Amino acid sequence: MKSVEEIKAAIEAAVPGAGVAILTNPSVSGQHSLRLAPDHAVEVATFLRDDAELALDFMSNATGVDWPDKEITEKVKVTRTVMKTVDGVEQSVEETVEETKKRVEPGCLEAVYHLFSVAKGHGPVVIRMKTGNRVDEVELPSLTPVWRSAEFQEREIFDLFGIVFKGHPDLRRLLMWDEFKDHPMRRDYVEPDDFEYEPTAHDEVMKRAQEQRAALAGAEAGAVAGPEGACA
Amino acid sequence: MTPTGIVQDEQQRPEGWNRPPLIEPEGDGDLLEVAMGPHHPSTHGVFRMDVVLDGERVIRLKPVFGYLHRNHEKLAEGMSYLASMPFTDRLDYICPMTNNWAYAIAVEKLTGQEVPERAQYLRVIVGELTRLQNHASAIGFLIQEMGASGTPLMYAFKAREKILDLFEALTGARMMVNYMRFGGCRVDATPAWLDATRKVVEELPQFVDEFENLLTGNEILMARTQGVGILPAALAVNAGITGPMLRASGVNYDIRKVDNYGIYDRFKFRVPLGEHGDVYDRFMIRFLEIRESLSILNQALKEIPGGPVMDPKAKIRGFRPKVGEAYGRIEAPKGELGFYLISDGEPNPYRYRIRPPSLINLTVLEDMCLGQNVADVVLIFGSVDIVLGEVDR
Repeated sequence: MKSVEEIKAAIEAAVPGAGVAILTNPSVSGQHSLRLAPDHAVEVATFLRDDAELALDFMSNATGVDWPDKEITEKVKVTRTVMKTVDGVEQSVEETVEETKKRVEPGCLEAVYHLFSVAKGHGPVVIRMKTGNRVDEVELPSLTPVWRSAEFQEREIFDLFGIVFKGHPDLRRLLMWDEFKDHPMRRDYVEPDDFEYEPTAHDEVMKRAQEQRAALAGAEAGAVAGPEGACA
Repeated sequence: MTPTGIVQDEQQRPEGWNRPPLIEPEGDGDLLEVAMGPHHPSTHGVFRMDVVLDGERVIRLKPVFGYLHRNHEKLAEGMSYLASMPFTDRLDYICPMTNNWAYAIAVEKLTGQEVPERAQYLRVIVGELTRLQNHASAIGFLIQEMGASGTPLMYAFKAREKILDLFEALTGARMMVNYMRFGGCRVDATPAWLDATRKVVEELPQFVDEFENLLTGNEILMARTQGVGILPAALAVNAGITGPMLRASGVNYDIRKVDNYGIYDRFKFRVPLGEHGDVYDRFMIRFLEIRESLSILNQALKEIPGGPVMDPKAKIRGFRPKVGEAYGRIEAPKGELGFYLISDGEPNPYRYRIRPPSLINLTVLEDMCLGQNVADVVLIFGSVDIVLGEVDR
């Protein structure tokens, strides 16, 4: 099989401006991955599937990863001018001090896909996409039009991580119930105190049953004057 | 009349999306919307199919998951690598050994841990025994769903019991075995256990012959299964279907052959393929795979060497893999079982993901059921062979 560098070159030759980056995996598994820019992801995925040499026709595993905002504490050397009394005379002196600075590295959500080839028997090729942040820019293009196996797995990612897949035909929650609000696989998810509230479809079904009964009763009343009419 | 509730007509279908056309109702009769499950006896647990019927014909079907969801992945991210091992038994509780194996392979890919010879052989032996008993019970359940209540399933369970007894003797538990470790197996097999296994494997072909004779030529079985629930090969590959279901559609893809994980390159076995991709083919493939498993078992039991089952210096508890990630997969009896792990250098995984074959094989249920009779839905569902513990995780 081609190495990730060769795959990257092939993608860039086929899809101009694809914006593919290689992410090296330092683990012994040696499964390096390719990060795709969301704008061209569907084109690139279609190329990976249809290219005669790669033929990655089998999208085996799709999943999400949550990377929360990271607070990084750094020690920085800062030169400051301070007033000091030297030999009885007050004067300004330059002094270097160490300061601890905190900065926040913005987090993101990531979707990871593992591709294999049934025709050629090779794999895995790992492709990933990341969102702008974890709050409002959580949209990624859906790869369901390319591989149908993404359909339910993207629904699961939407359910558990909250990535919204644009172009997905049926993006509903998969494992949690529809009324559930949060995304449980996020790192900062807090369990609710009350697990007892569990909405079911019964209310809706009951409403429909009552409507239908009323409609039937109405129809009968029109035909045979109804039970009340018979009693009177 | 248009269906209401969860089953709705999806209008927005991306172009080129691999889906069969929806079936329109004939005439202007009323449609019936049925929720099959979650407590339907044929669903092997709690699973619901929302079906829209035009007379007896299925024209829409939506599977609804999540009744058994416990967020196993989140639990595993909060505990050490080893602590998740017993939980993998509970995924597909019919085949705990292969679940252990897939997880062990993923962690070994992450850490680079080597596995001793004897442990590799033991893994193959218990893995193939698992495949055998899974396929036997899958066939039993399928026949049960056809209405042959009890007898064929009990025949299958007779063979399964013998294998579970072996597991109990080896690991101390019939089903929740917790047998494999990163870089080997938990306990060694005694010579007496190997002899007992040889005896069971020797007797099994007789059971398979008997079971096959009872079923394969059966006229009712053929009438109910042939040409029912057809899955085309192109769709199967695109939808990520794996295992016996994929091979019943005629696609030659067996991870034991493709990846040669463990020591599968040392054994001679064939990959049976189907022709039509219907329920009957899925049923027959499992019989043929049982025979291939028996052949692997005979070879493995003959060649198994002595030695340790675990490197005594290997650290199985409290280790910290290097930063990185790994995806390990095996050919589980139900299909490709994969584990995707990300390590951030801590004793517990940063991300722990299971690729469940049962869930992904279920995603083409609608495609197979459209246009079939409602009685056949149960049969098609049974031929997928799922365990809800793995579907919902």
